[in-house]
Amino acid sequence: MNCRGVVRELSDYLDSELDAHAREELERHLANCIDCRLVVDTTRKTIQIFCNSEPVPLPEDVRARLHKALEKRLRQQPT
Amino acid sequence: MGNQSSQRYATLSGARQLCLPVGWHTAYRLSSAHPKPAASAIAKDDEGVLVASAKAGDASAFEELVNRYEGKIFRLAMNITQNREDAEDVMQDAFLKAFAHLREFQGDSRFYTWLVRISVNEALMKLRKRRPNQISLDEPVESEEDLLPREIKDWGPTPEQQFAQSELHTVLSNVISQLNPAFRIVFLLRDIEELSTEETAQLLGLSVPAVKSRLLRARLKLRQKLDNYFQRSRSN
Repeated sequence: MNCRGVVRELSDYLDSELDAHAREELERHLANCIDCRLVVDTTRKTIQIFCNSEPVPLPEDVRARLHKALEKRLRQQPT
Repeated sequence: MGNQSSQRYATLSGARQLCLPVGWHTAYRLSSAHPKPAASAIAKDDEGVLVASAKAGDASAFEELVNRYEGKIFRLAMNITQNREDAEDVMQDAFLKAFAHLREFQGDSRFYTWLVRISVNEALMKLRKRRPNQISLDEPVESEEDLLPREIKDWGPTPEQQFAQSELHTVLSNVISQLNPAFRIVFLLRDIEELSTEETAQLLGLSVPAVKSRLLRARLKLRQKLDNYFQRSRSN
């Protein structure tokens, strides 16, 4: 596998969806290619940084409007 | 797949939690020192009980579900629509629709996943209605050359801890907003909301290979944008 092949298979590799043979080939390439190792590592970190982020609390005015609308709806008609 | 990806990413150490002003650039907050819990843990064991109570007419149970997920649904709506007013409408409509159709929820997925599906449909309708000529969800034509990373540099072990948290948190909102909507929505559903490739494909009316292609491009583009930010910050 060459560098292009690594990029092509990158998502499946990170998602553990590559078959054993392709994974082995990719890892053999990674063992000898520092650039590809960095691409794999920094792409994994990119996903982790976003994945670890949490939503901030809802702005109070937005939350108040949401709950007012729900209250109105809940009063109107039971499910 | 959802659980698999949770397990994959659940081991990362987080960063200091900050009290941040709310608003456009504050859709993200970095997690506390503890790793992000798996999606199944976020769901908590009582989600099914709350849904059953809400279905039986217990309004406080539905309100608890709203309290639990309002922040995540607002962030998702903000990330798709890129507009606070639209995001608020989407969130409100999604919860009202979920309440109105609660009896139709059969429990074959998590309640939260069902809510995400409703919210994404609402957000996409809003996008199409508001900006039919500006927003295309078609995948832009790009060559394989465009995919190849350039000027590859190391980020060090934990970039989250090397930069001001409030700054990084603003950057996450900025870089995701720069992504083409066709890539952005797939990234949000697969990597943030942890839907499976198949669920994402079904929701967006795409083939599985199209979802995979868009996800790869989204991840590489976000990697490049974060890389630019980290390298620029280091050189200052």
